[in-house]
Amino acid sequence: MPEGIASQGIGASVRRKEDRRFLIGKGKYTDDINRAGQLHVYFLRSPVAFADIVSIDKERAEKASGVIAILTGEDVAADNLGGPICGWAPTNKDGSAPSEPPHPILANGRVRYVGDHVAAVFAETLEEATSAAELIDVVYSEMPAITDLKTAMDQPQIHDGMEQNTYFDWELGNEAAVNDAFDRAETIVNVHIRNNRVIPNAMEPRAAVAEYDKGDARYTLFTTSQNPQLTRLVIGAFMLNIPESKLRVVAPDVGGGFGSKIYVYPEEAVCVWASKKLGRAIKWTADRTQAFLGDAHGRDHISEVKLALDKNKKIIGLRVDTLANLGAYLSAFAMVTPTYLHGTLLSGVYDIPAIYTNVKGICTNTVNVDAYRGAGRPEATYLLERTMDVAAKQVGMDPAEFRRLNFIPKDAFPYQTALALQYDVGDYEPLLDRAMAMIDYKNFESRRAKSAKDGKCRGIGISTYIEACGIAPSAVVGALGGRVGLYESAIVRVEPTGTISVLTGTHSHGQGHDTTFAQLVCDKLGVDIEAVEIVHGDSDRTAFGMGTYGSRSLAVGGTAISKALDKVIAKGKIIAAHMLEADDADIEFKDGKFTVAGTDREKSFGEIALSAYVPHNFPHDRLEPGLEETAFYDPANFTYPAGTHIAEVEIDPSTGVVELVDWVCCDDFGNLINPMVVEGQVHGGIAQGVGQALYEEAAYDDNGQLLSASYMDYCMPRADNFPSLKVQNLVTACTHNDLGVKGCGEAGAIASPPALINAVVNALSPLGVTDITMPATPEKVWRAIQDAQTKAAE
Amino acid sequence: MYSTKYVKARDIDDAVKALKSADDGKFLAGGMTLIPTLKQRLANPDCLVDLSACGLSSIDDEGSAIRIGAMTRHVDVAESALVQKAIPALTHLAAHIGDRQVRNRGTIGGSLANNDPAACYPAALLALGGTVHTQSRSIAAEDYFDGMFETALEEDEIIHAVSLPKPEKAAYVKFPNPASRYAMVGVFVAKFADGVRVAVTGAGEDGVFRAHDLEAALNANFSADAIADGMVSSDGLMSDIHASADYRAHLIGEMTRRAVNACT
Ligand SMILES: Cc1cc2nc3c(=O)[nH]c(=O)nc-3n(C[C@H](O)[C@H](O)[C@H](O)COP(=O)(O)OP(=O)(O)OC[C@H]3O[C@@H](n4cnc5c(N)ncnc54)[C@H](O)[C@@H]3O)c2cc1C
Repeated sequence: MPEGIASQGIGASVRRKEDRRFLIGKGKYTDDINRAGQLHVYFLRSPVAFADIVSIDKERAEKASGVIAILTGEDVAADNLGGPICGWAPTNKDGSAPSEPPHPILANGRVRYVGDHVAAVFAETLEEATSAAELIDVVYSEMPAITDLKTAMDQPQIHDGMEQNTYFDWELGNEAAVNDAFDRAETIVNVHIRNNRVIPNAMEPRAAVAEYDKGDARYTLFTTSQNPQLTRLVIGAFMLNIPESKLRVVAPDVGGGFGSKIYVYPEEAVCVWASKKLGRAIKWTADRTQAFLGDAHGRDHISEVKLALDKNKKIIGLRVDTLANLGAYLSAFAMVTPTYLHGTLLSGVYDIPAIYTNVKGICTNTVNVDAYRGAGRPEATYLLERTMDVAAKQVGMDPAEFRRLNFIPKDAFPYQTALALQYDVGDYEPLLDRAMAMIDYKNFESRRAKSAKDGKCRGIGISTYIEACGIAPSAVVGALGGRVGLYESAIVRVEPTGTISVLTGTHSHGQGHDTTFAQLVCDKLGVDIEAVEIVHGDSDRTAFGMGTYGSRSLAVGGTAISKALDKVIAKGKIIAAHMLEADDADIEFKDGKFTVAGTDREKSFGEIALSAYVPHNFPHDRLEPGLEETAFYDPANFTYPAGTHIAEVEIDPSTGVVELVDWVCCDDFGNLINPMVVEGQVHGGIAQGVGQALYEEAAYDDNGQLLSASYMDYCMPRADNFPSLKVQNLVTACTHNDLGVKGCGEAGAIASPPALINAVVNALSPLGVTDITMPATPEKVWRAIQDAQTKAAE
Repeated sequence: MYSTKYVKARDIDDAVKALKSADDGKFLAGGMTLIPTLKQRLANPDCLVDLSACGLSSIDDEGSAIRIGAMTRHVDVAESALVQKAIPALTHLAAHIGDRQVRNRGTIGGSLANNDPAACYPAALLALGGTVHTQSRSIAAEDYFDGMFETALEEDEIIHAVSLPKPEKAAYVKFPNPASRYAMVGVFVAKFADGVRVAVTGAGEDGVFRAHDLEAALNANFSADAIADGMVSSDGLMSDIHASADYRAHLIGEMTRRAVNACT
């Protein structure tokens, strides 16, 4: 392969092609899109958490300057519109279906969280719409807000017809086997875990521009979506009753999602609905406050964990009982996140013969909670990796060695866990060894002593995580209550001059697909990266695909591209055979050239492309013109990235401030397409995980008001909170996809919170501190030290 | 943001006139606090009177004090050789307000007029025993602050400048709120020939205050050791999602110790 192209193929750290347009300010986001005659919509939101709406008087507002219309829940009901739906519904442990209360896109008679949509005000300008909204007189009859996860089940019902404010009560695993393990156990470890609630905070808030073309009776929606095809399906088929072919959904450049832009929210649907009803294009862009109040939050679990060890300190059983706060309404993956994306991961990287888990999904007067970077897997990893540290301490072992003792051994793959998943491949010890070497684990105590001399408490914390990504085999999804398939599509379109457009059903909102997917093409076809264009995000152009989340884009979407490329090469060979008057079977394709084996007779890729579209003498009975292939790829299994992250912290006991002083990780993501992009994903994931562990908390008060509804109160991690992160990789190639890849988008966010908290607890353990909840704020740490000292003095 | 009128005043008289002729006018300095408030529709003034052309940006040496014009930006204070020589603690304070963008627009006058309970300058004014000069009078720091976001200023009173006496030594130590990075507790310690003054911001329910107990302890023994644990009561301190009153009380003691050690 020519030198230049080898440096663009698989394994090369090619600079991100998309960054040029971002850096020169030419990214095209939804808010950059304007339509002639567009109206602006402002959503009047509920200021109270739980209330019946007694009346809405919109008369004054309707007369205000610039106002065209005000729509409310009554209009939604009159037009018989549906609400957002759940894409995956697990069955209750008693065999019944979960509770899925309706979610009207504008509140109908009742509001259930602060921020719930009460009215949509359409006006010539956003200022006019906003001002008019202030003139709407809504009378609420308030009820006490239900915000506490622990007690919500005992409160009045938030939705009529629900029991115990519980959406579902689900279980997985063998309870009898686990009970038996606890009966036999030498040691039982009990840990109480709180996984704090966080807000995704994508840099670009959600936005929508919708228009209806009377001529061809067709809608177009531009929106900030991670999965425009799913958005089209949900809005068209389930919410607004629009034939799919009559709705085009475009997700242009999108500034981050982290899960929060998977779901269809009421706003986008209202824009589409109103575009026809009012005969004008409709524009909406959330401001930051609306993003805090209205975007799906993440995490928010309480778990009781019990681990059983035998006399050799081997784990023989695990039981986890979890309450998951899902908020006032369900969104697309709200129910699968705490169940199948969480419960199935509880074996971690450990050989655990018996596991049982029960998860209850709880309704509260808070905004909905759904998948957030990692989706269920960070929650599972956090509780397991914290428990591993507590257990190691309880049995007097070094946490690294306790983990090593319980690792699934290298020769046990494929490994069937006690919880449905089968890990295809992995090798966990070298990851641990490498990370320990990177941070000089064995000399930690001397660093601790040195810090102690400066009056600081130093600690080290390990997390050896696994995740299941590359979501997902449709058959498995279907068997577990999924209502979607999770294959991916790709179209490879070779153009007459040999340039190539790849149309993918995934969506890039920061992940760098323009570059990595193009590298796949360079590698297979031997063409220059500048000849490759990646097209995503437009339902009129791409084939039906499932979008980007669950670290699936490369493992599933990339494999689909690879398969379509294989088809292109296969057809290219037939064309070459025809042109070179050889047998199809004698054509070889290498380095961008089709050659008759054993001869120097060859055709370049470009010549084949041209002749495919200028087929002057094609034998049409066996060779169609054109060079364009489609592949749909449905994976055989999840992929299982794993690795070791180790954090080192220094704590100032006089203030409780935790400083992150070192971070190393060694991950196994299978083969790497672009190591630089992978490292970037790991950095971002770690930053979000450290954010959750040290800074971030979505705090509601007893009245259901979100106290942390701005950056003045919601603390995001910042660059100056981090040391330089040391990131390395080892590879065991995935066994069931063509590229041997596993996915890396969520790993950092999954691995990092327990590493950080384990380090904090480790730092404080000489003082007698045994636990700290996330986020480990200065006051919490300081208080833990005070309490431990008081206890020690008693 | 509600629509409003914008007037760029030529001088102070012009500014006062413009404000008087409005129903509910507001002076506009750096806009770092006022503009976000307007954007969130938390205020609805019918007129904004921009002070930027009134010639209020200056830093002068007055012998025993320095005098800083109200429209002097944080960045100008932070980079002033004169301030660095006279009151290095003030340089440090200004250099740690907000971020670069905020420091390039925010002004000392705006900060003192706004009197945010978590702002930094109020601690400097109070600890240094400074004076606020307006078009009609001079107000001693002691008489200037009047609780959270409240001051002795009349509606149409413009801060011209502030005078800050030069201490023997001083230091400002801020424990930033992790989210906003305003002061969760900020302590300004200033040592003068006639005694020590300690002002605390970010913590008090009524905004900035002088910590008389700490002053007494430091007057007896100007050393970090003079500040014992538990010397600061949590009475009258704020509690919020970031810090309880108890923790703030502890931080006041700790930041005071650090300030004493950092005094130059
Ligand atoms: C992101 C961010 C971080 C910040 N961090 C900090 C921090 O760490 N520490 C800190 O101390 N501050 C901080 N601030 C506040 C900053 O210092 C502002 O500059 C200050 O609060 C207001 O100054 P301004 O010049 O912008 O005033 P403006 O916003 O223009 O005005 C504020 C108020 O003062 C009035 N006013 C202004 N000038 C005068 C005058 N000369 N006479 C009478 N009234 C007047 C106005 O009418 C208005 O009511 C931060 C601000 C932001 C946005």
